[in-house]
Amino acid sequence: MKEVSQETTPGAQTQHLSAPSNLPKREWKNRVFKTIFATAVGFSLLMLLILIIRIITQGIGSLDWQLFTNFASRHPEQAGLKAPLIGTIWMMALTAPISFVLGVGTAIYLEEYAKPNRFTALIQTNISNLAGVPSVVFGLLGLTLFVRELALGRSLIAGALTMSLLILPIIVVSTQEALRAVPSELKQASYAMGATTWQTIFKVVLPASVPGILTGTILALSRAIGETAPLIMIGALTYIAFLPESIMSQFTVMPIQIFNWTNRPQEEFHMVAAAGIIILLVMLLLMNSIAVWIRNKFQRRF
Amino acid sequence: MMSDNERPSIRKMIEDKASQKGATNAAEKTMPKLFLICAIISILTTFGIVLTLLFETITFFSEVSIVEFLTSSQWYPMFSDPDYGIRPLLLGTFTIAAIAMVVAIPVGLAVAIYLSEYASDKIRRTIKPILEVLAGIPTIVYGFFALTFVTPVLQAVIPGLAIYNALSPGLVMGIMIIPMVASLSEDAMSAVPQSMREGAFALGATRLEVSLRVVFPAALSGIIASFVLSISRAIGETMIVTVAGGGSPAQGLDITSSMQTMTAYIVQMSLGDAGFGTTVYYSIYAVGMTLFIFTLAMNLLAQFISKRFREEY
Amino acid sequence: MLASQDKNTEYEENTTTETKKTGDSVYKVDQLNLWYGEDQALKNIELDIPEREVTAIIGPSGCGKSTFIKTLNRLTEMIPSVKTSGGIYYRSQDIFDKKYKVEQLRTKVGMVFQNPNPFPKSIYENIVYGPKIHGIKDKKVLDEIVESSLKGAALWEEVKDDLKRNAFGLSGGQQQRLCIARCLAIEPDVLLMDEPTSALDPISTLKIEELVQELKKNYSIIIVTHNMQQAGRISDNTAFFLNGEVVEYDRTDKIFSSPDDKRTEDYISGRFG
Repeated sequence: MKEVSQETTPGAQTQHLSAPSNLPKREWKNRVFKTIFATAVGFSLLMLLILIIRIITQGIGSLDWQLFTNFASRHPEQAGLKAPLIGTIWMMALTAPISFVLGVGTAIYLEEYAKPNRFTALIQTNISNLAGVPSVVFGLLGLTLFVRELALGRSLIAGALTMSLLILPIIVVSTQEALRAVPSELKQASYAMGATTWQTIFKVVLPASVPGILTGTILALSRAIGETAPLIMIGALTYIAFLPESIMSQFTVMPIQIFNWTNRPQEEFHMVAAAGIIILLVMLLLMNSIAVWIRNKFQRRF
Repeated sequence: MMSDNERPSIRKMIEDKASQKGATNAAEKTMPKLFLICAIISILTTFGIVLTLLFETITFFSEVSIVEFLTSSQWYPMFSDPDYGIRPLLLGTFTIAAIAMVVAIPVGLAVAIYLSEYASDKIRRTIKPILEVLAGIPTIVYGFFALTFVTPVLQAVIPGLAIYNALSPGLVMGIMIIPMVASLSEDAMSAVPQSMREGAFALGATRLEVSLRVVFPAALSGIIASFVLSISRAIGETMIVTVAGGGSPAQGLDITSSMQTMTAYIVQMSLGDAGFGTTVYYSIYAVGMTLFIFTLAMNLLAQFISKRFREEY
Repeated sequence: MLASQDKNTEYEENTTTETKKTGDSVYKVDQLNLWYGEDQALKNIELDIPEREVTAIIGPSGCGKSTFIKTLNRLTEMIPSVKTSGGIYYRSQDIFDKKYKVEQLRTKVGMVFQNPNPFPKSIYENIVYGPKIHGIKDKKVLDEIVESSLKGAALWEEVKDDLKRNAFGLSGGQQQRLCIARCLAIEPDVLLMDEPTSALDPISTLKIEELVQELKKNYSIIIVTHNMQQAGRISDNTAFFLNGEVVEYDRTDKIFSSPDDKRTEDYISGRFG
């Protein structure tokens, strides 16, 4: 600020119409840096483009119907994604309700019931710290707690519980934001008519915040769908040539199969892996589109 | 006005219903308890993580001396005469994180300044979602990209670069973290009130001068917090380094050769090398504990910085 | 409304605390103090509010008038730092009594807010919200309530063809009348109005004022207003608040023609506020 202000020295009335002599240089510098900043943006976008083009050119050749109908195989040309595709769908179907109930429940407690005391502050701090715990550590928790202590084995439910805890902080935080966005005038209107707290939450607050909650949940699930490390930890990296039958079944998921193929030395397996990545990215794209669609469609004018 | 004269007044009906409001009262009593249980589960998760790591780590230290763990410069758990010195893993972890930061911090910050200070509303609204895509790509995909594309490209430039090396996953991790630095720093800069910018513009400052001398210092604590969070993220990142970084512990600072990180070690051992109950099995928890302590410390530091130095506008 | 009023008589015979004789008070406020944390917002308030009349609360911004009206249905409790002392008696029931359910009070005491705050639902759903939460589920009854409430709030003719329309599509004035209709749907005893016209244009304001005149036949109305002319036009009694205290409380014509207190006179004549 000081440096800036020295340009307008008092007593310079005679030249008040002409620009400061160093202005062209400063403007030139501004333009140079603007170019540098824009280049950084261009660099990021270019990297994304290269990544996507590279994956598509690598994988498009292996992308055929067989990929969806075959199980994994020693021969790359026969290798398919049937088990991991179905496994991922199972995993999402289990993780979604568990994490939704826990996450939304926690957020409602914090926003609507909790009094501003130490216990509430503890929960809030705890959630922001949980969000920063590396996913592989959640894998260690899952391995000890669900696989061994609760004796769930290397099952779908053990994986889904681990994933639910992993994405819990994301759902809690996004739900809290959605609940906070409901104007307090609406709550007051409800209370003023003699509604109880739960009636107000259930009939006024939740209906108004449901688009935001759903968007946050879908985005959290799209994080879970690509997570690999925690599921490797609980032992989902095994050769699976069958479909899961119950929540106690062994399973594999898309990113784990991709990891498996990436780890093979043969170039052919890398191509199948790229094809798997294309499918995974399309699934992600679909989920994100749904989230954006919900957000735009139900955006409320409060 | 009401057609049906047989009906009692609404007030009377409500009065009557009030006496039989059992269901409502039950919900009123049970719902907060259910929500409280949900909230407590998040606390239990933290306890679960800490206790799990603690118990298994204690078992590990009953078999391997904590002094060796902290001071030995060798990490060879699979040898017949194993060495458990965490230093090579820390070296690998921090070297790769440092490479990532060399990419992510300058680029991310430049993107943030561009979006916050230079870009029009329309450009900002186009670019931010695209950057979110970059941040949303699963890490296994980045790992695949590092191993099958970036490494071969680097090998063409740097002869002698091993297939598994520290440089390639470091660079790719940096690209992955750009959106995180950019988005958190931009939040901090956008929070600087417009009046501060206008004050400087009114004195004839160029956009660059406003950005670097007014907005940047005002947003500094938020920007530094974003760096710390990004480092924490880089330390905890797993799949890129597992796929492209290889499984050999670091030997010095040679980034053209394989450097195993803490996360990569944990994954490698759980892939089947470690039988339940062996010393190697417990070692992954000791490494996990070390990882947890480092990331937690970084996260707390970031919270401290953004709280302690929060500007009062 | 007339039919339902007849029925009210029967209901009131059953309750000992309520009588229909005019001149009785709906609220007795006794030595009321209220603090936001350390700051005292209301000091020793003593008021008797008569039934079936319009009582206006006037005063400059920050004088505590909004806080006061929100204490009458205990809505101030939503702010965690609020502490109160003294008593408020609604038809001789101590509203701060631990055994007395706040929902019970709020069912009898409706409230209209400064900014129209319809729920983001259809017009129909807005009106039936109150009856439904109080357990009335019969579709036929609900339909009747919607019609009578909207008629009671002078909105029926404007919206009767499109009750499924989202309430946000209505104009500000219509939204405010919808909020009044929403209160009428549970046939309260008292209507609290917190600056109900401050966000509205003059024509909408006029409609609400006419409506208030109509509603006082059946309801006891307490209205906070920033607008002295409005208080003069529509109220029977006026309380002048200043710095959390009641400076003067009397019949409106007395307050506006020959106030006892110098400060009241200054305020009324526009010398401050």
